[in-house]
Amino acid sequence: MSILVDDDTRVVVQGITGGEGKFHTQQMVEYGTNVVAGTSPGKGGQDVDGIPVYDTVDEAVEEEDADASVVFVPPAFAGDAVFEALDTDLDLVVAITEGIPTQDMAKVNKRLTEVDTRLLGPNCPGIITPDEAKLGILPGNIFESGNVGLVSRSGTLTYQVVSNLTDRGIGQTTAIGIGGDPIIGTSFVDALELFEADEDTDAVVMCGEIGGEDEEQAAHYIAENMDTPVAGFIAGRTAPPGKRMGHAGAIVSGSGTGTAESKISALNDAGVPVGDTPNEVAEHVEDFL
Amino acid sequence: MRTQERMKLHEYQAKDIFAEAGIPVPESRLAASVDEVMVAVEDIGYPAAIKAQVHVGGRGKAGGIKIATSEEEAREAAEDILGMDLKGYTVEKVLVEAGVDFENELYVGVTMDRGEGEPVAMVSTQGGVNIEEVAEENPDAIAREHIDPAFGLHPYQARKVVYDAGIDRDVANDVASILTTLYDLYEEKDASDIEINPVMITSDGDIVAADAVMNIDDDALFRQPDLAEMEDEAAEDDLERKANDYGFDYVRLSGNVGIIGNGAGLVMTTLDLVDHYGGEPANFLDIGGGAKAERVTNALDMVFSDENVDAVVFNIFGGITRGDEVAKGINEALEAFDEIPKKVVVRLAGTNAEEGMEILNTDLVEVEKTLEDAVQRAVENAQEANQ
Repeated sequence: MSILVDDDTRVVVQGITGGEGKFHTQQMVEYGTNVVAGTSPGKGGQDVDGIPVYDTVDEAVEEEDADASVVFVPPAFAGDAVFEALDTDLDLVVAITEGIPTQDMAKVNKRLTEVDTRLLGPNCPGIITPDEAKLGILPGNIFESGNVGLVSRSGTLTYQVVSNLTDRGIGQTTAIGIGGDPIIGTSFVDALELFEADEDTDAVVMCGEIGGEDEEQAAHYIAENMDTPVAGFIAGRTAPPGKRMGHAGAIVSGSGTGTAESKISALNDAGVPVGDTPNEVAEHVEDFL
Repeated sequence: MRTQERMKLHEYQAKDIFAEAGIPVPESRLAASVDEVMVAVEDIGYPAAIKAQVHVGGRGKAGGIKIATSEEEAREAAEDILGMDLKGYTVEKVLVEAGVDFENELYVGVTMDRGEGEPVAMVSTQGGVNIEEVAEENPDAIAREHIDPAFGLHPYQARKVVYDAGIDRDVANDVASILTTLYDLYEEKDASDIEINPVMITSDGDIVAADAVMNIDDDALFRQPDLAEMEDEAAEDDLERKANDYGFDYVRLSGNVGIIGNGAGLVMTTLDLVDHYGGEPANFLDIGGGAKAERVTNALDMVFSDENVDAVVFNIFGGITRGDEVAKGINEALEAFDEIPKKVVVRLAGTNAEEGMEILNTDLVEVEKTLEDAVQRAVENAQEANQ
């Protein structure tokens, strides 16, 4: 079925009165997501398309029994918004915002060790369980319900690979964008752990990119702990060393890890076939099923 | 290069900030001409270091730093360094600095350990050399201490890492105090890296910051207006400056297939596929999320103005970005030409892609349905244009 979100998930949208918040709330509701509340400090008591707005996340959680939030708050205030969400008893917080200062995220990261709430992102497209719920900005129409889990650091690459899967009639249990920032809440390993424990997920796709060592750690986890087969894709094979390709996470360090080569060989060593093209990834998945 | 790299301060800018915070730095003057250098050395005396102020590492090895012990040497150094090309950057300013008679060189720095998600303070007795090489060849030569960002670097932690590094106890407390000041600056100024390499220890046991590195988190510049003003764009090439003005994530590469897309992961994948199908990418250009028509027009303008580009592939998978807006932008950009300078292949998918395909003027562009087909077609176009 799914991990983390389904049609029972009761969602509060932080920053619901902003342009992005409003537009994507409509999109989420249209998709079938159970959006029960929004927040916008100073705008409590209003509503957005019939969804009640509260001044604080606490009020929204208490009044509407919300258990997940999605953050569309601008970067200067997003760190604070995530802290606010972590101070409630939400199960899941999905931070879509791009451009949160790294030191704000370091503080958030520290707080995460002290609470039970799971953070997804920031700078991520969100999470979707096809035909049930989407929290974020993913284009719902390319997804199809099925038995393959997907986890990715890049939003648009997620869409690309999902469309390659769906075109072959391969549906998804849940697709998760974990975000491309240097400090993120949920890692590849965390997501793989959830998919491994999910009975309905028969195969997993993992889309990584250059920079950092998260893919290498994921490879290690797969080799040690996973029975569910995993296929991989790594973006940035041709990226010149030392250049930053958009994401802060995409700096290639000179130390031998973080390159496409090091990630691909770590995955191959863990028995994970890595596609040269997104289409090849879908072919590998097809072979598993 | 704000959109490609962390914003960098020049040595003289970082030293001003360090000095204000109480870190000892050598007496110095900034100079932009040989005459200004001569006035500066007169004030400062000999020996004096003449140091190129450009954003490249390894200035010393590349001839960008010279020590002058006489008027003649100072003039010669100034003439050599001012205007020189240092790894692609023209030297327009030099820092003239009092030479320090040192006995030891140390390294101290603070950066973000992304693996741990926390800042880390680093200290080494092997200062004055390429610290990345030290880190790779002899990682134990660098003592490290992770910092809880909620509490900052406690003085006892600073002392601990300095002791761990094996620094002489008679200067250890002074080095620890420099390190706590560095961390305070790192936090207060939203730095991504802050380093002194070397900290020099004089024969009298005084300590002096002989170099200074300070890079700032671009994403935090909104709350660091003073630092944002210090950004020096003079040395960038025209195309990169243009990309900066347009607010694109852009990297110029050496091939001839121009690439435009949305989202870093997908654009990198497009680059990889160009390579996979036997072509060579001319650039990385990410128009970002939610781009409107004007942004798309600007992106085409960018890629067309690169004379190395022979063909273009436009790859959009809309999530937050809408296909109809993208198509509108492509039409507007191309309708302005009597003759379109290079062939453009478009692939539109995702949010409002169907609406986009309906309004896209297919007399002006070639259309492919899949990513693979679009890239292959662009590579073929580039090869044909080259024959």
